[in-house]
Amino acid sequence: MNPVLFYLFAAVAVIASLLVIGQRNPMHSVMLLIVSFGALSGLYVLLDAPFTAVTQIIVYAGAIMVLFLFVVMLLNAHTEDEAVPQTLGPHGMKIAVVLSLALAAEVVWALSRVGAASFSTDSAAAGAISSVARIGTGIFTTHAFAFEVTSVLILVAMVGAVVIARKEH
Amino acid sequence: MMPAFINPTIVAHLVLIFAVMNMLVLSSAFMVWMERKVCAYIQDRVGPNRVGFEGLLQPFADVFKLLLKEELIPKSADKLLFTLAPIISVAAALTAFSVVPFGTETTLFGLLREPLRLEVTDVNVAVLVIFAITSMGVYGIVLAGWSSNSKYSLLGGLRSSAQMISYEISYGLALAAVVMMAGSLSLREIVLNQSGYWWHIIPRWYLFLQPLGFLIFFTAGVAETNRAPFDFPEAEQELVAGYHTEYSSMSFGLFFLAEYVNMVTVSAVATSLYLGGWLGPFLPDWLGWMWFLLKTLALLFFYVWMRWTLPRYRYDQLMEFGWKYLLPVAILNLIATAALVIWLG
Amino acid sequence: MISLNEFLVLSGILFAIGTAGVFLRRNLITILLSIEIMLNAVNLTFVAVGRYLGTVDGQIIVFFVMTVAAAEAAVGLALVIALFRHRETLSPDAFTTLRW
Repeated sequence: MNPVLFYLFAAVAVIASLLVIGQRNPMHSVMLLIVSFGALSGLYVLLDAPFTAVTQIIVYAGAIMVLFLFVVMLLNAHTEDEAVPQTLGPHGMKIAVVLSLALAAEVVWALSRVGAASFSTDSAAAGAISSVARIGTGIFTTHAFAFEVTSVLILVAMVGAVVIARKEH
Repeated sequence: MMPAFINPTIVAHLVLIFAVMNMLVLSSAFMVWMERKVCAYIQDRVGPNRVGFEGLLQPFADVFKLLLKEELIPKSADKLLFTLAPIISVAAALTAFSVVPFGTETTLFGLLREPLRLEVTDVNVAVLVIFAITSMGVYGIVLAGWSSNSKYSLLGGLRSSAQMISYEISYGLALAAVVMMAGSLSLREIVLNQSGYWWHIIPRWYLFLQPLGFLIFFTAGVAETNRAPFDFPEAEQELVAGYHTEYSSMSFGLFFLAEYVNMVTVSAVATSLYLGGWLGPFLPDWLGWMWFLLKTLALLFFYVWMRWTLPRYRYDQLMEFGWKYLLPVAILNLIATAALVIWLG
Repeated sequence: MISLNEFLVLSGILFAIGTAGVFLRRNLITILLSIEIMLNAVNLTFVAVGRYLGTVDGQIIVFFVMTVAAAEAAVGLALVIALFRHRETLSPDAFTTLRW
């Protein structure tokens, strides 16, 4: 695994994600998130998962983000509501910042305690991981039940989205 | 002493990438000329005939004119995204072609030690890569529509995103049927699966096994590239010029370029998936790319022919067609293909 | 050499960024985007661990996560549209009552 590419993609993903939550303009947030997804897709390629990398672009960047973009355009809400939240009290934002930083420190600390675990450099193992046929077989045999449930979930979500977003008469 | 990474194979690859990208741009210039010529003959005119032989250099004159024009950015536009939109469009259009194989391996008459494959890159999920990059192309149009801050552009962008998402599904399902038959996601293997003949006369193209799939793919492809009769994003009678109303100079030119490169890519992919790619009789193997060119050109001609023959649909008709007719037919086609593949083993 | 640990730490950082977005932002769309960041951080862990263990199961789970994320985005955005119609705002603080 190429360290230069890893750190490049990792840096792009982190910086873009930070900018997503730091932007006032929802349109820019959506675009930056797409950049972050692109970087993650690059990381998946590094992990010998080309199928997941491509699905990442097709599903996340190509479908879900277009949906977001569509809604942002439809609502035409250029800038965020500047109203100060009353529900959290006067120090709400400060508490939120402190809590976020604490969480970041905690998660990183917990995950960095995993003992050194290097990837196998066996090219046969990498080939097995990147095989689309094996992923397909897995989905339709071992995980067939989950697959069926997901299809029902999508149907429910579709009906639900139509009902919720419909104009009331 | 040259660094080790400069070897004939790498150089050949770089040259290949350079050549393919330039050929794409040139082919779109040629397409502009062909479009105007064919349109002229359909309308009983002569068309461009002043610049160069039969007006062949007309597109270059147009490009130089565009380059010399003033670049205008509307005052209320989102400047960053406004500048970025045409770049995204062109980048997506040019990248999609990178996984399309257009010929067999060649050593350039023994010049290279390892044979060079005539394609920019061969990935084992090529079909999905094309699908992914095509779906990125929508951002250029949507962003152009939104960032212009003009109602015509916004409507064009909104229409286009809805249209492209709707037709992408049928497009993907048609692709899936071919992938199922070939048992591979690599375009090169899909093409190689189509070699040979039935009864020594009919080539084993997927066109004959998947006639419905081809129609679905091409219809959805026309809708994806926003061409007539599905050219709503730029329906000039109602939306001025749709998403690129506010664009001028070369940024307008870039949208134009992207549209034509997309057409070339869709035709090239259709050629690889259904028409046997570079395979064909009479020519030696290393000239296979001529067959590829010929087939792609025939599809491109069909594109132009359609534009100047068919009137534009109404927007609700387009949506109804996509969701109520094309999608169910695509699903049926997929199920029938799956059944056949299992039945025939 | 890049090992699993780097990937885990990266995904932890991304997850924390997503959570921070949910904490800090006062815009329903950005909050939904932050949730997507969190989902992607988890996806990265799945793929990395799948690579480490040499199985495709990680990628299969990511496939399911993506489908669920798509469903979640569709319903979430439908809710955002419905809420915006009622109050003309995207601030979550405008929706404090349990009825219209």
